[in-house]
Amino acid sequence: MLTSSHKAIILTPMQPSLFPSPVPQTFTVSKLTFHIRKLLEENETLQDVWVQGEVSNLSRPASGHVYFTLKDANASLRCVMWKTSAARLSLSLRDGMEVEVHGRIGVYEPQGQYQLYADQIRPLGEGALFQEFLRLKAKLEAEGLFDPARKRPIPEFPRRIGIVTSATGAALRDMLNTLRRRLPLAEVLLAPSPVQGSEAPPALVKAIQWVNAQAPDVIIIARGGGSIEDLWAFNDEQVVRAVAASRAPVISGVGHETDFTLCDFAADLRAPTPTAAAELATQTTIQDLAETIANYQLRIINHAVNLIVAKRSELASLVSQLRYLSPERRIQSELQRVDDLSRRMVSSLIHQIALQSSQVKGLARRLEALSPLAVLARGYAVVTRKDDGRVVSRVSQVKAGASIQVRVTDGVFDAEVDERSE
Amino acid sequence: MPKSSSKKEKPAEELTYEEALSELEEIVATLEEGQSQLEEAIRLFERGQALAARCGALLDAAELKVKQIAGEEVTDFEEESE
Repeated sequence: MLTSSHKAIILTPMQPSLFPSPVPQTFTVSKLTFHIRKLLEENETLQDVWVQGEVSNLSRPASGHVYFTLKDANASLRCVMWKTSAARLSLSLRDGMEVEVHGRIGVYEPQGQYQLYADQIRPLGEGALFQEFLRLKAKLEAEGLFDPARKRPIPEFPRRIGIVTSATGAALRDMLNTLRRRLPLAEVLLAPSPVQGSEAPPALVKAIQWVNAQAPDVIIIARGGGSIEDLWAFNDEQVVRAVAASRAPVISGVGHETDFTLCDFAADLRAPTPTAAAELATQTTIQDLAETIANYQLRIINHAVNLIVAKRSELASLVSQLRYLSPERRIQSELQRVDDLSRRMVSSLIHQIALQSSQVKGLARRLEALSPLAVLARGYAVVTRKDDGRVVSRVSQVKAGASIQVRVTDGVFDAEVDERSE
Repeated sequence: MPKSSSKKEKPAEELTYEEALSELEEIVATLEEGQSQLEEAIRLFERGQALAARCGALLDAAELKVKQIAGEEVTDFEEESE
């Protein structure tokens, strides 16, 4: 389709020829340039191409578009990257950088310049690395190393935190500061290891094993930000396997938010940065602990107060029961009984006395009836001898002329025996 | 039920944070069950106060300990000053 259409253009002269023999046709610059542009832009290969070279003449004007020249030993290629693509760049472009640029070839007509309209730029070699990354990821995934079911929970309150990272990096300093701020109660076991270069993978594997031997509650494997090559040790198969095999749960914090390594997939938890990893390792902070203690203290005090109040009211109710059962009441009732008895005693005594006195009265009456005075009242008299006062009951007891005394009912009178008869 | 009082009890000042915290949790739970005798409750209360004080003191004094491991060797780690 392409060929047929531009053949048609070439074969169509711009003007009718003035000469019989064929002469080169004449194009306007615009026409020719347009023609060239069509040629290039209709070529599928040129519209989806990766170009490798060194960045030079890099310029970033205020418009936000990026202009540079890609060159190698023998050639150069003008490149432009529009603002929207430039904003998505994951690497920071510098002159002299060896890169691979993806885009389409187009023509800038005002300057008659063909150029590459770039939409992606990656460091040289990344393409091959990325292929390797994908291959290894698929392999380990198929083995189940990244299975979500393998992920273990991160303990909320770790006592020992293992850290595998470079002993000299900013990442370690950031993590220690974070741990110091959040959970200074913890003990940190650092297994230092180079984190980039060819010695890094075996050293990382050893460090993971060493730190595991100290039985930490959680392990952080971390590295600060860097280029994808800098982070490459964390895509190493042996390192990834060591992370997956770790006895303690592993938090990975490698590079920046946007960087994903195979270690991140194998870890029990992925943190976007080393600092974030230290935060995720300390879900319970010292502030939380202090709050918990204060809360317990409050509960104990509340409880003690409640208990004392309850015991006091229990005691009060027992005291009132005790009062009810007190011997005082019995004493009272005994006293009452005694009173009662004494009352009964007194009244029976009175009764007795009354009884006795009426008996006495009866006797007195009977006595009275027997009294000699009563006989006198009936006209009898009692005669006594004057000289010795003896009662005269026989005639023989007196001689004529003897003085006697005669007692009648209301008094006595003297008399003289006149004559005796027997 | 909590550890009986007959069990030998370490002074609160000798306990680690964990030991103090877990005993404190036990005491709170026991007290809140409300089954203990008054005398025992008072003893638990006093013990609980001592444990809470111990925990607080440990939190106040806590300092991150950093050790370095190489193989089986564990040494103190000297941080570079910033």
